[in-house]
Amino acid sequence: MNMTATMIAQAVTFLAFILFTVKFVWPPLLAAIEERRTKIADGLAAADKGARSLEDAQVKINAMVEEARGQARSIIDQAQSRANGIVDEARVNATQERERILKSAQAEVDQQINRARDELRTQVAAITVAGAEQILGREIDARAHQDLLDKLAAQI
Amino acid sequence: MAAEGSPTSTSYISHHLKHLAEPVGPGGFWTIHVDTVIVSVLLGLVGIGLVWAVARKATAGVPGRGQAFVELVFDFVDDQARSIFHGDVNKFVGPAALTVFLWVLLMNATSFLPIDLLASVVHLTGVDEFRPVPTADVNTTFALALTVWALMIYFSVAVKGFGGWMHEIFCTPFGSNPLLWVLNLLFNLVELVSKPLSHALRLFGNLYAGEIIFLLLWVWAATGLVGAVGGFVLGLGWSIFHLLIVPLQAYIFMMLTVVYIAMAHESH
Repeated sequence: MNMTATMIAQAVTFLAFILFTVKFVWPPLLAAIEERRTKIADGLAAADKGARSLEDAQVKINAMVEEARGQARSIIDQAQSRANGIVDEARVNATQERERILKSAQAEVDQQINRARDELRTQVAAITVAGAEQILGREIDARAHQDLLDKLAAQI
Repeated sequence: MAAEGSPTSTSYISHHLKHLAEPVGPGGFWTIHVDTVIVSVLLGLVGIGLVWAVARKATAGVPGRGQAFVELVFDFVDDQARSIFHGDVNKFVGPAALTVFLWVLLMNATSFLPIDLLASVVHLTGVDEFRPVPTADVNTTFALALTVWALMIYFSVAVKGFGGWMHEIFCTPFGSNPLLWVLNLLFNLVELVSKPLSHALRLFGNLYAGEIIFLLLWVWAATGLVGAVGGFVLGLGWSIFHLLIVPLQAYIFMMLTVVYIAMAHESH
């Protein structure tokens, strides 16, 4: 282990290697690594942003769904009340119609009764006259006893 | 094994501890350890070149396997540098730490290569001595440590100015009283000397010791069946332990580099 001029050669080589690394090896590596670091940082930031906007969208979606649900509920309510209204109206109309039909039926019945009664009256008068003719054995002038017959018929 | 006949333990070990040396001038100092220089330059070119090849085509999109691995290393070094150095890591400290880590790690990792197999391959080229672990050569570790040391002084002056650095040398850590100047200077000199020493010797010591232990095990393995089995088992154990030492020492060397340069930037 003796000191020789090898040392000088080695020192020169060493310096040359260092300078070469300083100039040509370190900078491109550093540039590539730094650039990738920026890219990764950007990517992470973008991912964060994406996640955040997704969250925002979720919130918006929830709000919209809630709103739509509310609208649907109100539409259903309206429809329900509208249906109730229609049914009520129909019921009222039906009731009125029934009353009307009943009334007209009643009126017809009354009319029939009156007609029957009138007929009956005339027939009773005729029967009475016929009976009286039989009893009296002769013809009765119906006209002469008209007021009498009318009185009789009205009593029935 | 390149030695003729059967080598003794001593000759075997000393043979493997001999560098492929080439004199470039008069005197013992002016010698180049060709093996150390070739292996370290090759490893540096391959290691840093591979990372460079990935870095050139680095995309900010989904990274391929190669880029993912390089980025893993990058992030590791970057994190460590950032935790210690509180300035702009990207300007110098980060790349320097990456270079140190990669290079030292690869140089340490050559200690996993089977040394005798490698020696016989190298022997084909007519070369006898060849040590494949550059960080087990004290010249490499001192070269790195002293370069870091020089950078430390450079940044001390660049950040604080020469006056500021001198003020730090003379007035810290004990205080700015003129009576304390000598004490401060001594203290700081010890620190200045001990920093590169500990930096260089820690790495060298670990790798050198690792190498020696491997060599001892291989010497034992050559003694017979028991030695072969024992050498295999212990060699396996030591290799596994070495798996921990190799990156750990690279890591420590990188951390100390960052710490020293960071300390140069901070004023007390």
